[in-house]
Amino acid sequence: MLHRAVDDVSTGSDSDYSRFWISWFLSSKGNEYFCEVDEDFILDRFNLTGLNNEVANYTQALDLITDQLDDDIQDELRGSLDVQARLLYGLIHARWIVTARGLAKMIEKYKRAEFGRCPRVMCLLQPLLPVGLTDIPYEKSVKLYCGRCEDLYSPKSSRHGSIDGAYFGTTFPHLLFLVYPTLIPPKSGPTDIGATTAAASGTREGENRIRRRLREEMDPTLAEGGGENISTASVALKAERYKPRIYGFQLNETAKLQRWQEAVRDRQVARLEELEERGS
Amino acid sequence: MNTSDLAQFEEEEAISGTGEGDEIMEEAEEQEDGYTSSTPTSTLTWISWFCSLPGHEYFCEVTEDFIEDDFNLTGLNTMVPFWKEAMEMVLDVEPDEDASKIPDVSIVESSAEMLYGLVHQRYILTRVGLAAMVDKYEAGIFGSCPRVYCMGSNVVPCGRSDIPGIDTVKLFCPNCNDIYVPPSSRFQGVDGAFFGTTFAHLFFQTYREFSPAPFWKAATSSSHSPRSSTGSVAHSATTATFVNPNPHGGQKRAAGYVYVPRIYGFKVSERAKCGPRMQWLRLRPESPDELEMVDWRGRWLDDDDEYDDDDDEDEEEEEDRQMEDFDPDANDDDDDDDDEEEEEEEEVRKGGARQHAVATAGSARTIPTANKSLGSGKLRAVRQWSPAVNTQGVVA
Repeated sequence: MLHRAVDDVSTGSDSDYSRFWISWFLSSKGNEYFCEVDEDFILDRFNLTGLNNEVANYTQALDLITDQLDDDIQDELRGSLDVQARLLYGLIHARWIVTARGLAKMIEKYKRAEFGRCPRVMCLLQPLLPVGLTDIPYEKSVKLYCGRCEDLYSPKSSRHGSIDGAYFGTTFPHLLFLVYPTLIPPKSGPTDIGATTAAASGTREGENRIRRRLREEMDPTLAEGGGENISTASVALKAERYKPRIYGFQLNETAKLQRWQEAVRDRQVARLEELEERGS
Repeated sequence: MNTSDLAQFEEEEAISGTGEGDEIMEEAEEQEDGYTSSTPTSTLTWISWFCSLPGHEYFCEVTEDFIEDDFNLTGLNTMVPFWKEAMEMVLDVEPDEDASKIPDVSIVESSAEMLYGLVHQRYILTRVGLAAMVDKYEAGIFGSCPRVYCMGSNVVPCGRSDIPGIDTVKLFCPNCNDIYVPPSSRFQGVDGAFFGTTFAHLFFQTYREFSPAPFWKAATSSSHSPRSSTGSVAHSATTATFVNPNPHGGQKRAAGYVYVPRIYGFKVSERAKCGPRMQWLRLRPESPDELEMVDWRGRWLDDDDEYDDDDDEDEEEEEDRQMEDFDPDANDDDDDDDDEEEEEEEEVRKGGARQHAVATAGSARTIPTANKSLGSGKLRAVRQWSPAVNTQGVVA
């Protein structure tokens, strides 16, 4: 899968490389999830520790990424080098997006909902974040994490379904919400980020506008490390869920399961609230 | 959800050339091709034509005699304008001479669509209709659940209302009991009422073999390393026969793994503000008995305010103890085991009073029994979602 996608793009476009490899890579189709890694991050060899064992032709691949590759390199090598360069860029990318600057760049993409929106109906089009199931390349493709239902979904398009999950890593979305607790989505109500075009509908318009203004006043990007007074102990109680019904009646087995799940939830809420009380 | 919202949501999909939805679409088209080639185009019925339109893949063909039976249409004539003309169109009856009083044929078309949709809602609840839909289900026409740990469980179309004009069609996944937006924008024009709120659930009540059971036990190898649980376990699990002790319950092994967020390999503690809050939504108990531990109000049967006085260190113990009352029957049989497991306690009590210890075990309502039988199951379920407390330092 991965290889096929790689070949498709790389064969035709060798000749018309745009000036910088990274900007070419980012603009090519299927790479919409990636953000730009700062060049000085790549040039700092400390950040690349260990990657030379993961990537064949490491030096040339790195040269290719940083646009320092000699032009007289053979075409055959160039083809395979492109694959290695993508792998290298992906692995650097996984490290970059968990840095402060990397997180900030990904937040911009998140706010524009560039990773898609949660397909779960009760999540009301909550924007998603990319995540890997493993940090080892060539194992699992990228998945999308919804901060509202805290679950994983497969990308809708096969273009994105074939991206390696290791290029985003297992840590990224959770670190993002750890560092920016103000960005943790509410469990109910409309999404208030990435939905600026979507929010305005009928009577809700005024409400949303107020909400947005409030939101802008306490710009979440400035709130890194902040959010001390946010409490998430009982947010789960606000989450909406779907209750299957036949002719308006709940189903016995499903209802039982759902009651059990809600009892588990209530127990966690009680536990967290107690912790919070003692903590404060 | 408004249109601009959806438009944005769909953008991604529109760009994709070969999305999963498209593959399904192709399949559907192939079927239609087969059908039309065997039938001369001139005799293609309105119903077949309607069901072959792009975006109408979820519809099955309602038989004409079902539509012709007035009993099946009770009440619909008040909901559909131009009732007579719409009926004629759906049933391919030549219109009367004075049909010219209809200003625009497109009005009748939308009436016919509404009529067909509402009849369809009723038809798919009948035995024949369910059978028609199960064929489509098994062929994967409705697609699969987008949730990663549902492992591609097939979904069925589902409405959020039985009244037309409220919401578009959604997809119900029997594994996570949740509903999803169809992946393709083609289905944004399909009214959910044409499938109704009941169908999806009646379908899985009727075909229990497609319905996952409400409990799930991780294979022993996977309980320690969730990473390996995705592929291999699912395979090995499906080969073994699976029985739900509830004959009326789901008869299929559930895909029960719940995602555990990790930062640098460490589970995110629930004590962190960004810690997991929603795992309950996907969690299943390990055994069906555990479902009985919650009463109809959603309270734990043995919930004697155990959280008012517990300390951090006691958490695990507390969880053990809340099993206490569950299996009073096992009390008598397991006395011997009780003794053995109670030994530590006895030592603490400076021995001698063995009989007393047994009596205590009896009066304390089988603490060890609970540990042995139900307790182990329950505990593991609890541990699965309870946080790695020690990692909090790392994470916070």
